[in-house]
Amino acid sequence: MKKYPFTEKKDTRSGFGDGMTELGKTNPNVVALCADLTPSLKLNDFENQNPERFFQIGIAEANMISIAAGMTIGGKIPFTATFANFSTGRVYDQIRQSVAYSDKNVKICASHAGLTLGEDGATHQILEDIGLMKMLPGMTVINPCDYNQTKAATIAIADHKGPVYLRFGRPALPVFTAPDQKFEIGKAWMVNEGKDVTIIATGHMVWEAILAGEKLAELGIDAEIINIHTIKPLDEEAILKSVGKTGCVVTAEEHNILGGLGESVARVLASNLPTPIEFVAVQDTFGESGTPDQLMEKYGLKDRHIVEAVQRVIKKKK
Amino acid sequence: MSEYTELKKVASQVRRDIVRMVHGAKGGHPGGALGCTDLLVLLYFKLMKHDKNFKMDGIGEDIFYLSNGHISAVLYSVLARSGYFPVAELATHRKINSRLQGHPTPHSHLPGVRMASGSLGQGLSVGCGTAQAKKLNKDDRFVYVLMGDGEQQEGQVWEAAMYAPHTKLDNLIGFVDYNGQQIDGPCDKVMSLGDLGAKYKAFGWNVLSCDGHDFAELEKTILKAQANKGTGVPTMILMKSEMGAGVDYMMGSHKWHGTAPNDAELASALTQLLETSGDY
Ligand SMILES: Cc1ncc(C[n+]2csc(CCOP(=O)(O)OP(=O)(O)O)c2C)c(N)n1
Ligand SMILES: [Mg+2]
Repeated sequence: MKKYPFTEKKDTRSGFGDGMTELGKTNPNVVALCADLTPSLKLNDFENQNPERFFQIGIAEANMISIAAGMTIGGKIPFTATFANFSTGRVYDQIRQSVAYSDKNVKICASHAGLTLGEDGATHQILEDIGLMKMLPGMTVINPCDYNQTKAATIAIADHKGPVYLRFGRPALPVFTAPDQKFEIGKAWMVNEGKDVTIIATGHMVWEAILAGEKLAELGIDAEIINIHTIKPLDEEAILKSVGKTGCVVTAEEHNILGGLGESVARVLASNLPTPIEFVAVQDTFGESGTPDQLMEKYGLKDRHIVEAVQRVIKKKK
Repeated sequence: MSEYTELKKVASQVRRDIVRMVHGAKGGHPGGALGCTDLLVLLYFKLMKHDKNFKMDGIGEDIFYLSNGHISAVLYSVLARSGYFPVAELATHRKINSRLQGHPTPHSHLPGVRMASGSLGQGLSVGCGTAQAKKLNKDDRFVYVLMGDGEQQEGQVWEAAMYAPHTKLDNLIGFVDYNGQQIDGPCDKVMSLGDLGAKYKAFGWNVLSCDGHDFAELEKTILKAQANKGTGVPTMILMKSEMGAGVDYMMGSHKWHGTAPNDAELASALTQLLETSGDY
């Protein structure tokens, strides 16, 4: 198992904020819109350095999405920023009509996704957002795994023409990917090569998958770990290549089991290469208040849950 | 000959197009479309700076957004008659494989359409975004947004109503098609709008009102709204209109919001509307 040493922990939303700060310097077309959550989204630097390109919308998310769509003229690239719940469920129809169906180059940037938002509880812990966004024709859906990858993704989506949903989170987690990485939309990242099982993980669950890989190695199981940061378009080739070798799969995501990464992977396998699969995800429930760690434990999203899923799925292998 | 003879001719042809389109499609929304015909004709044939060689970004042009997308027939007719696409294409409205979708969208690549609408309540926000971008781009042209009066019941309208004065979007000119009607009946019965003008005023808008079927008054009012540029205050024009205007049996109720005329009704409508530049 490849080693992923880390020297610091950082939140992925800071990766977004720092990516925006860099874009503020390098891309004059980038504009930011925020609905009264500027510090939470780490946009203070962008605002201070580019006051004429920062738009405070107030607590009016529907307005924000439609304004962003209208702002795209003259090459402007609007990045909207609020919590994941208010970036998707609250404004689904605005995204659908004014952004996706109108083919507008808007980047919907969503923090505090999933259970790891913690104590604020289920009203804020959206676990359905990947599903909502991946169903929209033309929408690209990205859920990076650590600070560095989120920063790189933020910078990369400015150069991608078309609507993007960028999902990230609140807690500080190990920074284990390369600081100077080139982020390629739609390209899976091989975290660890192995032969017994393929673990496909997105977002915060990639770190859990790495921890699981270490435990599995101790048990004599050689896990291949793939980071799917782009859920749509999905890197089907990378998935099929890996699964063709290992013969079984576990997916891991901080999202409802319905509508997330796991279902996308299952669809690809069902139509190309039927394979035993297990899903580490939230089991069609809402979250609740608690520390991120307590919630990940209670809802079955820790490294040990991945290990157990691997043990189950290996038994199903022919 | 009045100053507006030519515009009146265009309006008559556009109204013919509208009733023929909804008749041909056996569905659609003639009432609001007929009621907003004079406004769109005045904008597209006289007041707006726009280019029929369509460019999505409309730099240096005035931009019009139809927030009440159900009245698409009037927009399609005015765009076709302005030369954005062949008038013959009006016959495809609401039919399979058409660029003239039931509700307008740029997704079908119809020249002249910049934003999808149909789900009510979003257009004023879109207009705010474009007005803001025009300021960023140092483009001094105007952004016009037309909404329905029933549409005012959508909460998002008031989010935009708060935003535009706060951000000093004096290049934004809104219209409410104040016909007093919506699907289920008169607005005042469904969900009264109260003193709509006072509400926009309280939100910080310059509020004007006018008769939506009197070209001279409409033009004067829009010029007044334009002259307001420089004050930092956006303008909302409450445009008193008659649903179904121009076709006697369609006027005076909400009945023709979303109903197509049958053959006899079409024939009756066409006797009331002069063919001035050739039916499609
Ligand atoms: C968000 C949304 N809700 C409901 C509808 C269905 N609908 C279409 S038109 C309409 C009435 C609109 O009334 P008004 O704005 O006064 O337009 P008019 O009938 O005068 O043309 C309704 C409820 C819709 N298109 N969008
Ligand atoms: Mg009405």
